[in-house]
Amino acid sequence: MALLRTLLLRLMTTAITLLGVAVIVFFVIRVVPGNPIAMMLPPGATAEDIARLTALYGLDKPIPQQFLIWGLGVLHGDFGTSITLRRPVLDLVLGRLPATLELSVMALVFAILIGGTAALTGTRLRATRVEGAIDIAHGMALSVPDFLWGLLLIVVFGVVFPVFQISGRVTPSLQLPFITNFYLVESILRLRFDLTKDLLSHMFLPSVALAIPLAAIIGQLLKQCLKETMHLDYVTLARTQGYSEARVIWRQALPNAILPTLTLVGVQFTFLIGGTVIIERLFSYEGLGNMAIDAVINRDLPLIQGIVILFAVIFTGVNLLVDLTYAALNPRLRHG
Amino acid sequence: MADGRAQIRRSAGLRLWLPAAWLLTLLVVAIFAPWVAPKDPLAQDLFSGGLPPFWVHGADRSFLLGTDSLGRDVLSRIIFGTRIALSVALISGVLTCAVGASLGLLAGFYRGWVDTVVSRFIDIWMAFPPVLFSILLIAVLRPGLFSIILAIVVIDWTRFARVIRAEAMTQGAMDYVASARVSGRGKFGTMVREILPNVLPIIVVLLTLEMGIAVIVEAILSFVNLSISTDDPTWGGMISEGRTSIHQAWWVLVFPLITLFLTVLSFSQLGEGLKDRFDPVLR
Repeated sequence: MALLRTLLLRLMTTAITLLGVAVIVFFVIRVVPGNPIAMMLPPGATAEDIARLTALYGLDKPIPQQFLIWGLGVLHGDFGTSITLRRPVLDLVLGRLPATLELSVMALVFAILIGGTAALTGTRLRATRVEGAIDIAHGMALSVPDFLWGLLLIVVFGVVFPVFQISGRVTPSLQLPFITNFYLVESILRLRFDLTKDLLSHMFLPSVALAIPLAAIIGQLLKQCLKETMHLDYVTLARTQGYSEARVIWRQALPNAILPTLTLVGVQFTFLIGGTVIIERLFSYEGLGNMAIDAVINRDLPLIQGIVILFAVIFTGVNLLVDLTYAALNPRLRHG
Repeated sequence: MADGRAQIRRSAGLRLWLPAAWLLTLLVVAIFAPWVAPKDPLAQDLFSGGLPPFWVHGADRSFLLGTDSLGRDVLSRIIFGTRIALSVALISGVLTCAVGASLGLLAGFYRGWVDTVVSRFIDIWMAFPPVLFSILLIAVLRPGLFSIILAIVVIDWTRFARVIRAEAMTQGAMDYVASARVSGRGKFGTMVREILPNVLPIIVVLLTLEMGIAVIVEAILSFVNLSISTDDPTWGGMISEGRTSIHQAWWVLVFPLITLFLTVLSFSQLGEGLKDRFDPVLR
């Protein structure tokens, strides 16, 4: 019952947040100087042409009225038509979303692997030089944002030791047999491992750049939780029963230390997704973020709106999911 | 145990002084840029375009860190870029701090409708991807130094507001606040005279971290060509140029990148060092 009430309350605040985002984006981008219609027409266009096309996109109406029309459309799944690409915004955005999702999830996996390994190693070798080194690495990784890690990776693994691709999602000359835009998933399902390899070679550096700061956060928190657990009675009991230290950490301490880390991972994952915007630009990766920057530069108002709303839906959705999972897993909140 | 603490304090000291020294050097370089820089950062010289740094074969010793494709001196451009980076860091850091910390204090101490409104706005702000939000704002405001500063304030105030709000709530529930109120001090007076001094250390730490973030934001905006005009030397603009010519002239990318890296690292290490210094448990 309490869970249901929490759910309803959270759904309501999420709806208000999304409405707020929609209103802000809608009004902010409409005070942009420069007429997007005039920009898309050839230089010889008459004032009449501009006026006719402006009316076609509904940009001649008062802004609140435009918002109502747009809002009603959105409720029916119609996000309008892109001004520069002249295709439905929803199609464009959903076409790019898989690329960004694949990149983000891959980054998340790397972050968990790197952070988890660091935390487990640091706990096993606690109070040694290794733990000190891991702490310093965490501090460095946290101090510098994904954008700079990306540039550094480009210099080191793109130029000095050119082992990975530094631009694009896939080698353009390759023939792609895919019917969805989840290239990586589909290449594995179709057993086309040659394509998988090419995709991974393109995705590796951007996803590592996104993963580094999150890996440090995961590593730091998990190590702290593990070290606290290591002093508890049941861990000592397992140790006196003759289990090896590594096994005690893995089987006894880890399951109990993992919950706070999981919650944090959820929240931080939204920051990681936000980071894809500039990382995709940096690596010319054809995802949502790269499209968003182009849309802003071209003043493509319907497309900007669509992408920002989609990002907001993803962010609030992930946060909602994290809160509910936490409420379901944590007995203190369940009966509270 | 006593040894461990002494060690922490020693490393914390180094953590404070090393970044502080680097940032101070940058500040001096920024102020005296016209005297420090060996060349005019805007002077193009197509006959000496794409020269490598001094230790590489084929270099011209008068261009220490080489030149870009238009023959402009990389070192002088980094030096003049310091001016923009530090101006943005200082001005936008302080303004963001003022706006965010005030709203956080009001929300956390007064609670009620102020808190509801501020918290709702924080929720909405958290649902925006920050980089996209800043690019959007710059497009609206037209590129320029003023726009960048305004965009950083508009986007990042929540960083301060969230933390200070929570802290003001904790402090507001403490006995010393109640006793100040009982002894006849007004609500606003209590906030300014009792709560503010107690959250000041956190504000200083956040401010230091924010300056590092501001430097990055400016670089990102320059990178997507939305910062200052393309002629003015900025680190991000140089990195953007360097990214496209990375296989021909790596030095155009690498030197501004190293400068940016050290600066961002310094701000955040300084912030973390201050946090340790202010933390009563370690003291």
